[in-house]
Amino acid sequence: METKAFQKIYTKIDNITKATVSLRATGVGNDELASVGGKLAQVVKISGDEVTLQVFEGTEGVATDSEVVFYGEAPKLKVSDDLAGRFFNAYGEPLEGGASIEGEEREIGGPTVNPFKRIQPSELIATGIAGIDLNNTIVSGQKIPFFADPDQPYNQVMAMVAMRAKADKIILGGMGMTNDDFLYFRNLFENAGVLDHIVCFINTTENPPVERLLIPDMALTAAEYFAVDKGEKVLVLLSDMTSYADALAIVSNRMDQIPSKDSMPGSLYSDLAKIYEKAVQLPNGGSITIIAVTTLSGGDITHAVPDNTGYITEGQLFLRRDSDTGKVIVDPFRSLSRLKQLVIGKKTREDHPQVMNAAVRLFSDAANAKTKLENGFDLSDYDERALKFAHDYSEKLLSIDVNIDVTEMLDTAWTLFSKYFNKTEVAIKESLTEKYWQEV
Amino acid sequence: MKTIGHVAGIISNVVIVRVSGAVSQNEICYVKLDGVRLMAEVIKVIGDLAYVQVFDSTRGMTVGTEVEFQGHMLEVTLAPGILSRNYDGLQNDLEKMDGLFIQRGSYTDPIDFDQEWDFEPLAKAGDSVSAGDWLGQVKEKWVDHKIMVPFVMEEVYTVKSVAEKGSYKVTDTMAVLVDSEGMEHKVTMVQKWPVKKAVKAYVSKPRPTTIMETGVRAIDTFNPIAEGGTGFIPGPFGAGKTVLQHAISKQADADVILMVACGERANEVVEICAEFPELDDPRTGHKLMERTTIICNTSNMPVAAREASVYTGMAIGEYYRAMGLKVLILADSTSRWAQALREMSNRLEELPGQDAFPMDLSAVISNFYSRSGKVVLRNGATGSVTFIGTVSPAGGNLKEPVTESTKKAARCFYALSQGRADSKRYPAIDPLDSYSKYLEYPEIVEYLDNKIEKGWVESVVRGKNIVQRGKEANEQINILGDDGVPVEYHEQFWKSELLDFVILQQDAFDSIDANCPLERQRFMFDMVLDVCDKPFKFVDFEDCSSFFKGLINQFRQMNYAEWKSEKFEAYRAQVVETVSNKLNA
Repeated sequence: METKAFQKIYTKIDNITKATVSLRATGVGNDELASVGGKLAQVVKISGDEVTLQVFEGTEGVATDSEVVFYGEAPKLKVSDDLAGRFFNAYGEPLEGGASIEGEEREIGGPTVNPFKRIQPSELIATGIAGIDLNNTIVSGQKIPFFADPDQPYNQVMAMVAMRAKADKIILGGMGMTNDDFLYFRNLFENAGVLDHIVCFINTTENPPVERLLIPDMALTAAEYFAVDKGEKVLVLLSDMTSYADALAIVSNRMDQIPSKDSMPGSLYSDLAKIYEKAVQLPNGGSITIIAVTTLSGGDITHAVPDNTGYITEGQLFLRRDSDTGKVIVDPFRSLSRLKQLVIGKKTREDHPQVMNAAVRLFSDAANAKTKLENGFDLSDYDERALKFAHDYSEKLLSIDVNIDVTEMLDTAWTLFSKYFNKTEVAIKESLTEKYWQEV
Repeated sequence: MKTIGHVAGIISNVVIVRVSGAVSQNEICYVKLDGVRLMAEVIKVIGDLAYVQVFDSTRGMTVGTEVEFQGHMLEVTLAPGILSRNYDGLQNDLEKMDGLFIQRGSYTDPIDFDQEWDFEPLAKAGDSVSAGDWLGQVKEKWVDHKIMVPFVMEEVYTVKSVAEKGSYKVTDTMAVLVDSEGMEHKVTMVQKWPVKKAVKAYVSKPRPTTIMETGVRAIDTFNPIAEGGTGFIPGPFGAGKTVLQHAISKQADADVILMVACGERANEVVEICAEFPELDDPRTGHKLMERTTIICNTSNMPVAAREASVYTGMAIGEYYRAMGLKVLILADSTSRWAQALREMSNRLEELPGQDAFPMDLSAVISNFYSRSGKVVLRNGATGSVTFIGTVSPAGGNLKEPVTESTKKAARCFYALSQGRADSKRYPAIDPLDSYSKYLEYPEIVEYLDNKIEKGWVESVVRGKNIVQRGKEANEQINILGDDGVPVEYHEQFWKSELLDFVILQQDAFDSIDANCPLERQRFMFDMVLDVCDKPFKFVDFEDCSSFFKGLINQFRQMNYAEWKSEKFEAYRAQVVETVSNKLNA
């Protein structure tokens, strides 16, 4: 940002910590931006004439006589259709050169949509992945994270979902992303020739961690422009929200706040909710759907970050490798999409809810049979058939490299039912069984 | 003269104001910023510095900004026209707001001041009245909305005049009261009340003597909640808290329902708004929305107003209780309110208690729960506020401060278990961990004896024993294997499964099973207990499990069939036949 003539310049900093500086200044607004020795900073506390600033890049090299200039405004993003196809850093500046964006300036982290102006989400987002479309259908306007261990291919699955979903715009917010993963996304978007409806805001592990705090608000301000102003269906990908939470913890620690569970700030729930609740179905047809990643440590979902996330989002998706087939699947037991009831059997074929439940139940019978086998008990004939069914179900449906539409998924499920079970074992409502059962 | 102050410091939404006059704790003030006024509440005073929490974003606020104190605490407006509205935590009518986004500093009237109501007097000149006494009534939806002596008028008054039957606006003078010194007081249909103070306009608050029907078997049969009682529902995410609360709100035997969506998902509020106007209230034949008011501070709305939202709900509940109505308040989730208290206490740099929550958390929670209850009004009528809150324990661990504090305050505990949710046994209310203290009240035992049948509570205890014994048997079977235990263990286990599947589990998405009236609950429970008392003889464990699996299926068909319909009777006959065949075999 450029310095303007009327701005006051201060040259005496009183205190410096790793992430904050404080100085005496007057007429400063809360949340306002400033530059401290050329580094971008934001006002976080004002006490009389003492102002505390959070320096995004960190305070390495800041001197007590460094120049501090206040900009008089909160962080903003210039929005226009020119955003499409571009890559930005956490401040909304184009990466790798290129012209800066012309457009209307909007404050990031803006106001909340009035809950009574929202519309109930009702449109299915097809991903071609049965673990999602069949078992945990995602609906436009939903917010749902992948809960994944760092070694799982969550970025690849998320990219796959993004490419297959028929969204008007895909906005990627990368927080603490490795440079390799960033390049993976960029090459993928380029090769697929979809760059014209992608916008990326990237903070890689090479950038200072505190900068990450701006990424979700930047991405969602851009998303609101396309969804609210243009009535487009926008899909926002946020990876990884655990890195975001870590940055929150760093800042609150530097500000001497008392940490709550797992060293996270006491406001973690509100901080995360402010981001996720931007997911919305609007009356004008536009929508913001958020698919995020929350990395776990050792699969522990009771840690403050996944735990608070679970209370905010509308379900969660777990990935796992199926030991039978060696394929990565979306775990049918632990995953949940809270909004699926709004579309399954309504926007999809009538038998969807019953087929989904029956298949998961039979898959769980197979899991029990497996435990029996491991414990050295004999298997019944039913157990044997359940195991075979589970293998096929995992390979022909759940595996994430299968890409078919929901009707095809339902047909495949019926084929498998008929192949391994009788009608009583499948226990689906008679009227449906009569219509869809496939005699072998 | 209003006290004026100026901003001296800002830490997020806590603003330090230097004041030039008197301020009181919890006083409301407005901070002038960019042409709007931001509402705030005093939470601490040190010398001439008042610490206020702003119910909105403080972005751009500077030192020196003017603050105007109002001389009163946070108040609700109480008047006809509250039912079926959608408020935010500060009682702004959200539907009246313009634009897609909630703009900072936008406040709307909680009621329509222009609407006219058909008034009918209940008091007459010469009557001696005090706070909460009924002067007249208007029809609000199908509710007789009483126009009362305002709660803030604390003396005894003589009625000088009451308006005649006719159509009036809420701000018209409905009565003139004279106090002991001969001063006249005009009373309109509108009154204001500070939300954090309990309304005391009643004679007594006796122990509860009746139960509130919810149509949920795991609650009504196993752990009923008293009318005027308190309960809470803790559970990890995905355990079905919200579905259960919605079921209760649809089916509960109450005149007025207040849903406080406190720090939860906006789409859940959208769901209520989409569904309730369509659903019929089986008790009145009107739409459910007509008896429901939503107070919502969703998780992305300002944190400071989150605390206010539960108090706003309670104050409105107390107002309708004073009209002799049965009010049910559902708050989802009280943990978010506690977290709001934590954020604030943190910014005030108070010494923290466990998990960084404020030290007085437990006192705040029990004080709040104690505002519910059944009351006897001065005219002998009774009214009640029943309160059910959900708690979202961090990591599903019930040993955290909010759950523990609430456990001390609430009389019913509906523990949602992850294990039950994982095996899709809904509602996931754990039958053994949950409890209702009301089952120990002699008044309630007697009431249930008369209302349902003699010895009902004994039956419930027997039912709980069956579940307990089944759980123990199951543990043995898991350790020793199916063949390693006597077949009686399997029988014990399967009897508890029968009770679980037929009574405890209930399909909230099935139009018939979702709502089970007390009479039907009695019938089904007695029938299941009767089967559990039978001395069956099984050849082996497979014989036992296949018998009970079949029986459970037949019983469940009864649950899905319309009460006392031909189908229902047919399934009942099948059950009887299956049981007697087995006994005679």
